[in-house]
Amino acid sequence: MRNMVLLIITILPFLGGVVWLLGLKRSAAAACAALLSGTSFALLLSLAPVVAAGLPVGASWEWVPAIGLTAAFFLDGLGLFFAGIILGIGLLIIAYARAYLAPGEDAARFFGCLLLFQGAMLGIVLSDNVLLLVVFWELTSLSSFLLIGFWSHRPEGRQGARMALVVTGTGGLALLAGMLLLGHVAGTYSVTGILAQGDAVRASPLYGIILALVLIGAFTKSAQFPFHFWLPHAMAAPTPVSAYLHSATMVKAGVFLLARFWPVLGGTDAWFVVVTTTGLITMLVGAWIALFKDDLKAILAYSTVSHLGLMTMLLGFSTGFAVSVAVFHILNHAIFKAALFMSAGIVDHETHTRDIRRLGGLATAMPICATLALVATAAMAGVPPLNGFISKEMMLEAAHGTNMGHPAVVGALVTIAALLSVAYSARFAFGTWLGRSKLPPDAHVHDPSPALWGPVAVLVALAIAIGLAPQTLAAPLVQLVTGAVMAGPGAPAVKLSLWHGFTPALAMSAVAIVGGLALLLFQNGLEASRNAVWRPDAKAMFDGGARRLVAAARRIGATVHDGELSRAMLAIVATVVAVTAALFLLFPHGEGDRPMLPVTWPALVGWFALMVSCAAMVVAHDNRLFALVVTSVVGLIVSMVFLQFSAPDLALTQISVEVVATILLLLALNLLPRVTPPARGLGRPLRDGLMAIAGGLGVGGLAYAVMTREQSTIAGYFIENSKPLGGGTNVVNVILVDFRGFDTFGEIIVLCIASLVIYAMLDTALRGAAARRLETIKPNIESGDAHPVLFALATRVLLPLAIVVGVFIFLRGHNQPGGGFIAGLVVAIAFLMQYMASGFAWADRQRALDPHAMLGAGVLIAGFTGIAAFVFGKPFLTSTFGYLTWPVVGKFEVASAMAFDLGVFLTVVGTVMLALAQISRVEAKAERRAVPEGPMDIRFPPMDEPDATPVPAPPLDTSRSA
Amino acid sequence: MELLLASGIGAITAVGLYLILRRESFPVILGLTFLSYAVNLFLFAMGRLVVNQPPIAAPGAPGYTDPLPQALVLTAIVISFGMTALIVVLALRGFLETGSDEVRDETQGQSGEAER
Repeated sequence: MRNMVLLIITILPFLGGVVWLLGLKRSAAAACAALLSGTSFALLLSLAPVVAAGLPVGASWEWVPAIGLTAAFFLDGLGLFFAGIILGIGLLIIAYARAYLAPGEDAARFFGCLLLFQGAMLGIVLSDNVLLLVVFWELTSLSSFLLIGFWSHRPEGRQGARMALVVTGTGGLALLAGMLLLGHVAGTYSVTGILAQGDAVRASPLYGIILALVLIGAFTKSAQFPFHFWLPHAMAAPTPVSAYLHSATMVKAGVFLLARFWPVLGGTDAWFVVVTTTGLITMLVGAWIALFKDDLKAILAYSTVSHLGLMTMLLGFSTGFAVSVAVFHILNHAIFKAALFMSAGIVDHETHTRDIRRLGGLATAMPICATLALVATAAMAGVPPLNGFISKEMMLEAAHGTNMGHPAVVGALVTIAALLSVAYSARFAFGTWLGRSKLPPDAHVHDPSPALWGPVAVLVALAIAIGLAPQTLAAPLVQLVTGAVMAGPGAPAVKLSLWHGFTPALAMSAVAIVGGLALLLFQNGLEASRNAVWRPDAKAMFDGGARRLVAAARRIGATVHDGELSRAMLAIVATVVAVTAALFLLFPHGEGDRPMLPVTWPALVGWFALMVSCAAMVVAHDNRLFALVVTSVVGLIVSMVFLQFSAPDLALTQISVEVVATILLLLALNLLPRVTPPARGLGRPLRDGLMAIAGGLGVGGLAYAVMTREQSTIAGYFIENSKPLGGGTNVVNVILVDFRGFDTFGEIIVLCIASLVIYAMLDTALRGAAARRLETIKPNIESGDAHPVLFALATRVLLPLAIVVGVFIFLRGHNQPGGGFIAGLVVAIAFLMQYMASGFAWADRQRALDPHAMLGAGVLIAGFTGIAAFVFGKPFLTSTFGYLTWPVVGKFEVASAMAFDLGVFLTVVGTVMLALAQISRVEAKAERRAVPEGPMDIRFPPMDEPDATPVPAPPLDTSRSA
Repeated sequence: MELLLASGIGAITAVGLYLILRRESFPVILGLTFLSYAVNLFLFAMGRLVVNQPPIAAPGAPGYTDPLPQALVLTAIVISFGMTALIVVLALRGFLETGSDEVRDETQGQSGEAER
């Protein structure tokens, strides 16, 4: 039961996507969001006693077991703590955002993204699988990108979102690598499983790498130095987003990660040095920069950086006491920082500025907000009796007891950081609320409605209450969470109190408060001297880096591919030749011992013809018509080879494809230039020739090496089962339509797509620039009689015969050489002859079948034949066959595979017809002759017309391409 | 006989490679056709060379050649035709659009028109 509840808690916020999709209005969207997160929060609270009692809560489903990915969730003290903060603060943010968003803004998108983000955060803290955790981790990066860039019309919003995505996304990749290694070392991807393997992980030689990768993930997310620069730029987000992401959730994910894997990765010297130092530096740097910022949100952003450094440093200390302080401060910081961000948002909302130089004295105009903000600021500064004071005192105490190089180093540095923290807090308070107002006198500033300050008041009340009664309100929770973080015995008894007695920490605290206030007096002078010194500008460096990266990518792209196909081809061929040559030389090679077939005279003649054709092709391919003829000759020789070596089906297919392809190329050549301009110089042809010879030698040698070796083949299965299982004796055809029918089905779909692309490309060529060029092409009359009577008559007589031949080849295909592919080609050729003999216009008018319809029918018939097998409970394309007896014809076989073959047949006919008919149509446009009327589509010129004499063929038109 | 076929495949490959390295579309198309021939023959040869033993099941047949490469090559021939038709039309359309049948990007480097 409670396991299901856990799942519902995680899933509910993701339903927020619905809010976005429905496009709800502001109040409805807010209500919907509040309902979802509120329910989730209530369910979480209902589980709290179970967790407090130490009972396990977990649920898991197999997702991709092969890679160790399970959708597993568990709830322990740490998860409960973080989920509570995420959902609790989330509710207040939703209430605040409802009042904050202007009526015109896309509230549905806002709340949808906010809930997606909330769900992703919950996923991180509740995952019981490290890979799932990384998935949610990346989801927070993505959804925060959408939130930070919510005001996508503002460039700083887009840039801030992009920077946050790049930094946290890169960290996410490092984290993924780290988690994969961690899971590999621990032997499990379960978080609970890994937590039990701490000693094994720390002893592993991979520990250093794992630690580095996980820390990069955590430090980028939690904006630790030197990755801190993205956080202030993320302030371009609407204030409710900043308040949520940068107080309670997003940036705390890194701290959560450190706490979660503290028992596994922590406790070593490397952990202590790296994590403590990074935290300490971040704490100092953040506080120092915050002192000089003028934008209220920027001050808070750098303050957040500083406080995140504090938590990181505490987790680095590796003592139970420090862990408990870190946990306590996570809670306190979430409370006062969310309140402060919301206050800054209220100031912005009321005065339309966040610049501290233009604010001041708002306390008189906005007494309620001023009181709330001043209390929260005091908590941030660590002033008693507020919650921030207690955790800061404890932090100073923990630091005081830490020895790093010299006993006083850490203590002194954290005192300086605390001092700076007091200084920027005081500046924030005085500059905004106290002192003299710098706003224009006509500005009517007043407290907003309680809807806006109500959530702030809740948080401030909490800050005061925890400050006054820490032991009652916070200690049990902190105790529970500390125990969960340390995952085992050794957690100290947590004792929280406002008054610790006269301790060194109290002295440090006093120094910090007095020194911080004193420092504020010198702030102007400090700023002047700070501005006099050069300092790195993170955004400029980031932008410069991104620009250089893009420029480098462009340069590389332009170098390796300059738009010239032959260069790319050369690179491919050269690479293949080089790699295979290297392999050839590195490994033993030689011819095999399979006996060779004796050479016959016809074969020798064919070989000789092939060699002559190849040589002729290289020398004279500039003459395109000649090159086409040579190509056909080679195709013919290829089909002879098939015939010679026991492949009648291939021979038939090759020769009919040859006919169709030659017609196609002839048609294209009618419009393309007739001559290829000769290459200039000898360098290129020589280089290409050497490359080509190398490639030819390689392929030929490989073929020879294979052919002279014995093979092991699965052919026996097909030959034995062709008749019993497939019902046909032509094994090749049975393989095509039966054994490997699914492949063939795919192939005819490819044919379909190819012919539709051809149609699309040529149909649009009849318009636009291509059509205008068609107009300029001079008709090329090579023959005085375009449609000779004898040719036209002969083809018409032949058409029925050719179709009968096609049907014959089709029907016998299952048992004898033939089949759908060949029959389709034969029938298509018969149709094409009509186009050739009688012209496009006439033939196109006569045809009854639309090629599009044939294509569609072909694929559908083949598909339905396959699906029909389902009806009989068999897998797709299972075939069956039986025998029928007709009078006269006698007994003959009917196989379901024949219907499939019919689909193949129709597709092939459709493809050929569509491709060639389309080209003819374009040509007809180029010829621009009136379609001759008359029964035979043959122009019978009147005897007395002078231009009826055949036009002599012009010389080859080489100027056409210019 | 094997040597003849292997050298034939090598020669066709070499011509095909030489042609696809040309600058104009038409030789490239013919080059691809040649390469298709070579690849189909190569695949076919993987079933080894057998004379007078077609893969047609019949009682008393002395033996059969390997039908599997044949089935693969048969579809390969038809698909090569589909591919040839596609690139021919692509070349044709490109020529009609730009007035040049060079296989290069006109927007980068020298334009084909200017070079003539």
